Amino acid sequence: MSVSAPARTPATTGRAPRRAWLIVAIVGLVLLTAASVMVGVADQDWQILTTSRLPRTAAVMLAGASLAVAGLIMQLLTRNPFVEPATAGTMEFAGLGLVLVMLTLPGAPIWLRMLAGTAAALAGSAVFLRLISRLSRGDILGVPLVGLVLGGVVGAASTFLAYRNDLVQSLNAWLTGDFSAVISGRYELLWLSGVATVVAVVVADRFTIASLGHEVATNLGLDHRRAMALGMTIVSVISASTVVTVGMLPFIGLVVPNLVTRIVGGHARRALPWVLVLGAGATLLCDLVARTLRYPYELPIGLVVGVAGGLVFLVMLLRGFDRAH
Amino acid sequence: MRTELAVVPTARTSSANRAPERRGVRGRTTLTILGALTAAVVAVFLFTDLTGNTAFILERRLTTVATMVVVATAIAICTVLFHAITGNQILTPSVMGFDSLFVLLQTVAAITIGVRWMTATGPVLGFAIETAVMLVVTLPAARWLLLGGRRSIEVVVLIGVVAGGLFRSVGMFLQRIMDPTQFIVLQDRFFARFTGTEPALIATGAVVVALGVVWVVRHHAALDVMALGVPVATTLGVDHRRLSTAALTVVIVLVSTSTALVGPTTFLGLLVAHLAYRAAGTHRHAVTVPAATLVAVITLVGGQLVLERVLGFSGSLSIVVEFAGGLVFLLLFLRRGAR
Amino acid sequence: MISVQHVTTSYGRTVVVDDVSLTIADGGVTALVGPNGAGKSTLLKVIARLLQADAGVVTVADLDVARTAPEVLARRLAVLAQDTQVPVRLTVRDLVTFGRFPHTRGRPTAEDHALVEEAMAHLDITDLADRYLDEISGGQRQRAFIAMVFAQDTDHLLLDEPLNNLDMRHGAQLMQIVRDAADRRGTSIVLVVHDINAASVFADHIIALKDGRVVTQGPPQEVMVEDVLESVFDVPVRVVEVDGYRHAIHLSGRLARPRTG
Repeated sequence: MSVSAPARTPATTGRAPRRAWLIVAIVGLVLLTAASVMVGVADQDWQILTTSRLPRTAAVMLAGASLAVAGLIMQLLTRNPFVEPATAGTMEFAGLGLVLVMLTLPGAPIWLRMLAGTAAALAGSAVFLRLISRLSRGDILGVPLVGLVLGGVVGAASTFLAYRNDLVQSLNAWLTGDFSAVISGRYELLWLSGVATVVAVVVADRFTIASLGHEVATNLGLDHRRAMALGMTIVSVISASTVVTVGMLPFIGLVVPNLVTRIVGGHARRALPWVLVLGAGATLLCDLVARTLRYPYELPIGLVVGVAGGLVFLVMLLRGFDRAH
Repeated sequence: MRTELAVVPTARTSSANRAPERRGVRGRTTLTILGALTAAVVAVFLFTDLTGNTAFILERRLTTVATMVVVATAIAICTVLFHAITGNQILTPSVMGFDSLFVLLQTVAAITIGVRWMTATGPVLGFAIETAVMLVVTLPAARWLLLGGRRSIEVVVLIGVVAGGLFRSVGMFLQRIMDPTQFIVLQDRFFARFTGTEPALIATGAVVVALGVVWVVRHHAALDVMALGVPVATTLGVDHRRLSTAALTVVIVLVSTSTALVGPTTFLGLLVAHLAYRAAGTHRHAVTVPAATLVAVITLVGGQLVLERVLGFSGSLSIVVEFAGGLVFLLLFLRRGAR
Repeated sequence: MISVQHVTTSYGRTVVVDDVSLTIADGGVTALVGPNGAGKSTLLKVIARLLQADAGVVTVADLDVARTAPEVLARRLAVLAQDTQVPVRLTVRDLVTFGRFPHTRGRPTAEDHALVEEAMAHLDITDLADRYLDEISGGQRQRAFIAMVFAQDTDHLLLDEPLNNLDMRHGAQLMQIVRDAADRRGTSIVLVVHDINAASVFADHIIALKDGRVVTQGPPQEVMVEDVLESVFDVPVRVVEVDGYRHAIHLSGRLARPRTG
């Protein structure tokens, strides 16, 4: 079984046409952004725009872009195309952290919850990395499998705790991503995820080098462990802030980076603009579908992403298999 | 060299001949112990803490035990059979998303046929229709995925896990866009619940599961051979394709039965099958199937007993089983990887 | 007797066995040889009903392998595939006992157990009887499988590259056992081998395939000829005789460095 790892796909197109396509993608993103701001039940007025529409569009774009980047970082660091915060248990660990802090300190302020979520996500990443280090090197699909089951186990633990303490409703809010409650004053934590994304863009080269493996990275003078720790911290901050504010959004971090690396290759610095644009764009698109399919009612975006992303991922799995044979 | 390799007098025959018998004894001992344990757990569950309206409580407990026994048998058989079909002990029908698919079909049935009609005709007809549809949809897909060719086990499992998640998402998606009154009827079906199942459905399930048991009893020896894989099974005169298709049919019907009774249970089968393999120390289906069934009954009834009466947590059994089963899966998978 | 009539098999669009017809008489050892991709393993699999032919008929002891009930055929024909991995954790004795399944349908008698012990003794693996298959070496596992097909006690035996995974000593031992089974039990044995010299020494009959067709067949002294082998394998070959048996050499110094040699 050899599914192409992100770092191996050679760039097939030249530099100039690629840039042209990127511009097309950005124009598309701008159009989607405009559509996102325009769609809604209430009449357009300045107050609606500043308290609801713009914050929501910003939240969707921030979450989408940062999750896609988190996915790319995880794929580079684990050298596995199928890893993202939702297939490594990272999101579930963040949720467990939230449940724990709500149980021990019911009135905890949001920054404390955020901190607990991030810490739990970090701990979860460490557990995940430790577990997959026991798999054999060629076991590309075993890695996400371990992550998914780990997520299931941690999710069951959270559900049990929540069930015992009447927190199921809060838990459900984290389990299924939903932007309908986003208004100004209730989403700003996502900017933290934006900051983490910017950091990721700045240090992108380290992740590319780390993806070449411990030996090569050391040879090139990179502290592999520190690159790993930095990457996982960024991923944890992004996961926790997304789960705290809007809930889990599976598949964004999986599908977007995989599509991008298939086109432009796995060099993080070259892939990142695409990952940012497509991550934000895909999430905006799913959000628009969620808002308009049952207009004037809304579906949680988590469901739309779950269905669309699940389908794309299945196709990727089957195609990856057929190509290997 | 020729002399060295010629027929050597079978010096160890006398001692070696005893070995198969010894192993048979071990299987029987295991089953006896498990049977006694099962009887004890069920008796404690039924007859302790009987205060108040004894008849009513006893009836309710009997319903719960009956549900659990039917579900335990169904899940044990279909997990062990699935392992024999696929030649792999990590896969289970639930891990492959079979029960999520059944729940999705229930949702689709509720939307297309209508909840009112379904409640009017009773649960049994609905179950029969849903199971038939499940068989039509799943059997070709499962044959293609599992028996089609040399797919690596990881691809198959990952496809199953993702497909299961996809079925759940589509199901929730459909529920969101369906009528709220219909939604309430379906809502209960999305979490495994071992209490309050409809008696008519339990009886139907018991009949279906009994048929499954008869099938396994009749084919257990051939199943032992099928588990050796296609080439060996073929040389030993077992039509792997035909037997595994028949076994898959049994698996799909039993998954439908257990899901219709209590809802999806992702890791229960894996948990009990592996506990049973450990306890039985043999590959023979004549031992592993009943052992897994007994372990499943002990797990469910004993788990309910401990959670409900000792810890005072009612209704969380499926979550605890999910947690423990997931851990077992990780343990198995990582140990396999380390080897 | 094994009879193959107009058998064609393809993987996708590639025809692997191309309208092959041949008969293999009862008794003795027959070797299928040929370069990689010649279709010898595929042909063996079709005879063993592990693979269905696109066209053509194969009969073993006058039984059409595609139509005969599998349990009937399993009492006449045993096959050992290349891949000796079993998904279940079994002991050697468990595996060999399965050889009696076609006769007992899962209820072995004392007599069956005696046959199992005899087969293990014959393959010199009685000491390993209670070991698990995943605890023993590849060569030992191969012998356990051969003990299984011996316990199956059929008059026809097919072996797909039995020398794979075996070092020189175990390879020679295995061929000796095969020879012995043909001579003492009268089993008709067909095997696919890469080592043409093993075929020359141990087989009574050699069938050479190339590009899915039978190129030539006959006793070893007819096939082990330089011209014949060069046309089958597309490589310069020298044939030398050692102890009365012909050996093909394709890595001789003269062939590799004609000027200096």
